[in-house]
Amino acid sequence: MPPPEQEAAVSAVKAASLTEMAPNSGKIFKFGRKPALIVRQPDGTFRAFLAKCTHLDCVVQYREDKERIWCACHDGFYDLNGTNVSGPPPRPLDALEVHMQGDDVYVTRKS
Amino acid sequence: MSTSPENPDRALLAWAKDRYPIGKFAEWAKHKTVPVGRGAFWYYFGGISLFLFLIQVGTGILLMFYYKGSADTAFESVRFISAKVPFGWLIRSVHAWSANLMILSVFIHMFSVFFMRAYRKPRELTWISGLVLLALLLGFGFSGYLLPWNELAFFATKVGTDIVGVIPVIGEPIMYVLRGGEDVTGSTLPRFFALHVAFFPALLTVFIAAHLFFIQMQGIHEPEAWEAHPEQRKTMPFFPHFFMRELLLWLITLNIVAVLAVFFPAELGIEADPFSSAPAGIKPEWYFLSTFEFLKYMPAHVGPLEGEEFGLLLISLGFLLWCLVPWIDRGRSRRITTIVMVTGVAILVFLTILTYLGFAA
Repeated sequence: MPPPEQEAAVSAVKAASLTEMAPNSGKIFKFGRKPALIVRQPDGTFRAFLAKCTHLDCVVQYREDKERIWCACHDGFYDLNGTNVSGPPPRPLDALEVHMQGDDVYVTRKS
Repeated sequence: MSTSPENPDRALLAWAKDRYPIGKFAEWAKHKTVPVGRGAFWYYFGGISLFLFLIQVGTGILLMFYYKGSADTAFESVRFISAKVPFGWLIRSVHAWSANLMILSVFIHMFSVFFMRAYRKPRELTWISGLVLLALLLGFGFSGYLLPWNELAFFATKVGTDIVGVIPVIGEPIMYVLRGGEDVTGSTLPRFFALHVAFFPALLTVFIAAHLFFIQMQGIHEPEAWEAHPEQRKTMPFFPHFFMRELLLWLITLNIVAVLAVFFPAELGIEADPFSSAPAGIKPEWYFLSTFEFLKYMPAHVGPLEGEEFGLLLISLGFLLWCLVPWIDRGRSRRITTIVMVTGVAILVFLTILTYLGFAA
């Protein structure tokens, strides 16, 4: 059994900047030691989630053509609230909080 | 018998005979026979599987001369083997192809044993040891798949170890041990390397020995029709008739492996990045495709269970029943035998269709 891991204390991570992400796009970023997904919705607002599919752990991605979050492993879909809407995922994605500071987009754990 | 230096072969034989019961072994070999009949061709697949395992051991040792089993170096070391080491690409391709063909050969062997009903008394333990060997080989393949540390292997390992984690009570600790932590990371790779080059080969050797021991003790299964019509009984000596035929098939198998390895060399793909999304079209090796596809069709929830838990429960129950086949069909009821055989055909068709759908997806 491996020794317990020390989870890096992540309070806030700069995930993107306004100029970097066009509306209707997504990007994977590091949230501590976990992959997370930030999505700029078609209306220009941001949403962020831990990018771990609740089915079998694959890293999800944003599908611009469907305006949904997609897991390529078993073709599972989540809507932009992170709710599992089709395919095998059994639960919603873990959501993160998004904060704007000027042009920068910061992400924190849900309080 | 002369032991003079002019006859070194005979001298060596005499030396050995003085010390070991070689005469008894020669006598045993002389009387060992193999049934001849319509199904005889299928008997060769056990030996072919063994031959492919020996190729795996040989090429695996050669690959270990250059492979470096850590997340920082694994991908580059495999690239070095493929690009720089003389014939490294060939050794790696032969290793990959013979692994695939070995599992195919074991599947053919298992289904041929099943449809010839060779699992019946007194060969129950031969059947069980064969299934353990299949499970070990699947573990062998799964642990080896991660070693090049490429994108496909990384996600296949994430999915595969997560499936282990679904098992109630013991699943999560096993998953934690396999991964070396909560997620598949660089810590996972040395563990899989150790499993692949030490744990699975050691266990496999023990079970191959047990499997062969059972076969030697009980002989090869004879067609059922011979019980009612003993006059139809026809056999051939194992040495040299069957043995030479088996060697010929090993040579043909070696040629098939060589042709596949040369014309369809193993690819390396893109280096694994734990912070990238799973690529579109991700698939495991063909022998896990049916399970992969089956889990894809599971709904999110089935009653109180999550879809993946339900799917895994069905697969586990199916495998348990498959293990129990010798005790379900003891040859006492024609009806039960028919049901078991039809179920076997249905399983084969089901696995083939799911594998095809997995390829086509």
